[in-house]
Amino acid sequence: MKRREFIKLSSAASAGAVVSPALMLGGCVSKPLPGTGTVTSTPTVCDMCFWKCAGDVYKEDGELWKITGNPDDLHSGGRLCTRGTGGPGAYLDRDRLRKPLMRVTVDGRQTFQEVSWDEALQFIATKMQGIADTVGPERMALLHHGAGGHHFLHLLRAFGSDSHAEPAFAQCRGPRDVGFRLTFGESASSPERTDMANARCIVLLGSHIGENLHNGQVQTLAEAINKDATLITVDPRFSVPAGKSKHWLPIKPGTDIALLLGWMNVVIEEELYDKDYVERYTIGFEQLAAHVRQYTPEWVFLETGIRPDVIRETAREMGKAAPATVVHPGRHATWYGDDTQRSRAVAILNTLLGSWNREGGFYIPEKVDMPHYPLPDYPKPKFKTGDAYPDKWPFASQGVTNGVIEASIGDDAFFKGWMVYGTNLPQTIPGAVDKLRAAADSLDLVVVVETMPSEMTGYADVILPECTFLERYDDIRNSGERHPSLALRMPAFEPLHESKPGWWIAKQLGERLGLRHYFPWNDYADKLDWELRQVGSSLEEMQKIGVKNFPRKRPLYFLEGQNVRFFTPSRKIELYSQQLADKGFDPMPVYTPPEPVPSGYYRLNYGRMPAHTFGKTTNNPLLFQLAPENQLWVNPLVANEHGLASGEYVRLASREGAISSKIRVRVTERIGPDSVFMAHGFGHKSKRLRLTAGAGADDSELMTNIKVDPIMGGTGMRGNFVTFVRQPGEGGAA
Amino acid sequence: MTRFAMVIDTRTCIGCGDCVVACKTENNVPEGLNRDWVVEATSGTYPDLKTEFRSERCNHCSNPTCVTLCPTGASHLWKDTNIVLVEPEKCTGCKACIAACPYDARLVMHPDGYIDKCTFCHHRVEKGMDPACVSSCPTRCMHFGSLDDPSSEVSKLLKTREYKVLSPETGNEPNVYYLL
Repeated sequence: MKRREFIKLSSAASAGAVVSPALMLGGCVSKPLPGTGTVTSTPTVCDMCFWKCAGDVYKEDGELWKITGNPDDLHSGGRLCTRGTGGPGAYLDRDRLRKPLMRVTVDGRQTFQEVSWDEALQFIATKMQGIADTVGPERMALLHHGAGGHHFLHLLRAFGSDSHAEPAFAQCRGPRDVGFRLTFGESASSPERTDMANARCIVLLGSHIGENLHNGQVQTLAEAINKDATLITVDPRFSVPAGKSKHWLPIKPGTDIALLLGWMNVVIEEELYDKDYVERYTIGFEQLAAHVRQYTPEWVFLETGIRPDVIRETAREMGKAAPATVVHPGRHATWYGDDTQRSRAVAILNTLLGSWNREGGFYIPEKVDMPHYPLPDYPKPKFKTGDAYPDKWPFASQGVTNGVIEASIGDDAFFKGWMVYGTNLPQTIPGAVDKLRAAADSLDLVVVVETMPSEMTGYADVILPECTFLERYDDIRNSGERHPSLALRMPAFEPLHESKPGWWIAKQLGERLGLRHYFPWNDYADKLDWELRQVGSSLEEMQKIGVKNFPRKRPLYFLEGQNVRFFTPSRKIELYSQQLADKGFDPMPVYTPPEPVPSGYYRLNYGRMPAHTFGKTTNNPLLFQLAPENQLWVNPLVANEHGLASGEYVRLASREGAISSKIRVRVTERIGPDSVFMAHGFGHKSKRLRLTAGAGADDSELMTNIKVDPIMGGTGMRGNFVTFVRQPGEGGAA
Repeated sequence: MTRFAMVIDTRTCIGCGDCVVACKTENNVPEGLNRDWVVEATSGTYPDLKTEFRSERCNHCSNPTCVTLCPTGASHLWKDTNIVLVEPEKCTGCKACIAACPYDARLVMHPDGYIDKCTFCHHRVEKGMDPACVSSCPTRCMHFGSLDDPSSEVSKLLKTREYKVLSPETGNEPNVYYLL
């Protein structure tokens, strides 16, 4: 028998029956109007996604009423998005984890048993100490996502390990951040430093802002539309921004680099580029000009399907508006395995237009210079995360989650223990379920800290229930923005059930590992208050105002003719990258044609829907009502060929044989006949997620053809091909 | 009589549904019911397409057939305005208003036993605030105000922009406008 079976968390009780109230027609009594009771509010920083908007949690007569945006907050502009507004659902979710659970064997079968916090924490501390004593603390890795992860990163670093990775890197933003860093020496940041509100021209490549609801991005894009900025959207699908665009370029999937090179060709050939900016700030222009000469619009047309006159016209629009042109860096950038190079191409085009750190292009973000609470130095680890996968991905600037997983399989694996915080790896790492099972079977310890019984909890030895963001303190939000700004997340409620805040869990583990001196606070509020006092505020003040904005200390954009030293080896913007050349990579982006769609198959396109943050929110009772399942977009020609009708359920099979859950067909012209589309985050299998279990399909389990970016380890997910399967007894309109 | 209107800009509406969730939390709308909803209308053939998103709700008509046809007087106008409300004490659940509404804006049936609907958040309007849906909209595509006041934002938008209303042929004179 495997040491660790995957336990499906079966529900302890059947789904609560909905009690239908007796209908009393006529003569029923009006309820008081909203807000007529005693209303109080508490500041928060939203945790429904990773944008971290500040807001206020309203209670009426002590009961949770609503959450709204803080008007002083730059991230939200005083308005939360759909998911943020649905934040109360995270607190009210009936399926939340309630008590610590530990894997036990009963009658030869593995199951989870409720245990006390003390028992769970002591078990983990003993196991961690065992790993440290036998193979060293670095063999314990943290896989994390979200604001609370830093509590456990602190714990691990105090313990002696700096091994950590977040899927936000190699499954999402990584190629973009590395591509921009290789070019500018800085990343595009989060929140993205795009100055869209002042832009005259915005170019979106596969970035469906409005379907992904990163609040500040959506708001500034809308502002640009209101100011009649020219919007150019490149997407094979008629996305929401495509529908708002002056130019929609329905590109052949996977050919974006060809289009970017073609645009560079026009911008240089027609001398639309910013000569002073290029002269002053860049290195390698001559090489670039020679390199892109071959990529004429006529040549690009054959690859992309975008007509040469459209390529020229859109390039001229960009040139005319420059430097107030944003060629958007995107966010989820792991598409085809050459994504760092595509992101480089985006960065280079922005450079030619002179838009980096110029008004209407990109701005220079600024944080509050706030000292951290004084703590002892961390012990120096003998290994870094990357030592687990040596000779791979030389420009990975953060841990690569897929690398950590692979280095956790087998008896001689590098890693021996995992702490997983807030990330549901089975739905996050494409096509990784078999590897996750193998890793879980090899590891000595798997701890999962979660609010919800996600699929990941099924791999754990111990599941620790964290309370939601409405019931805890986390660190002060201090993200780079247009103005330095701080925001406070604080508890509006006592934790429900036996859930606990992340900071408390980390401290308790630290104390059991003899690391008490790294956790000197009794309450995390003490730490926050100390830090806030260093910048002239206090916890008391922040509990009243929630958000505090500070004046900038340096300009928002480059000054006219300013001399700048960039954080690159040459101290210039690197159009030609010697760093890449030295490691054997193309020093300038080169186009590689995508794998053609095999006969009888369709390209699997995926993305976001505004109601949900992947699978993290699909069980939220408020958001579930808005969007209970994902749908499979199918072009009418394809639907006709396969006899598919809107509303019926099908399954998809990947070329390599993976079969999805059932998904409802939506026949729509908004997708071309070579692809199908679904929103990510559905197809949950954990039965304890009672609302969302079995609803819709999971795109990531169909991703069986992954192209890993050799530069930074990102998992390219868009080269997957699927076809329709109907199983006996299934299908038909629901 | 004050004539309140909602003006929604389809150029910036992204169909995100924030208005729907904001209404639900603000008004504690029971599970499974909605007072507002979002419609996506796509026309054309790939790749010549147009998509319009519309946040829809009760139109608080100037000629509200739901009020005229309500046999008990439960459907009524709030104060001296065009805001249509339902008084639960008087509602028998006969559904005449549902048949009378050209916009299918009436909820069948609040668990407390009456026909519920959008109130334009009159409890907020009374305090000089916008309805919850308008206040939450991340693209600021929704506007609210009085059409009697020529300097109000809604009056100005209707003066300067092309717009439409839904089902104008019914003669209900709806007060939710969509900018094109």
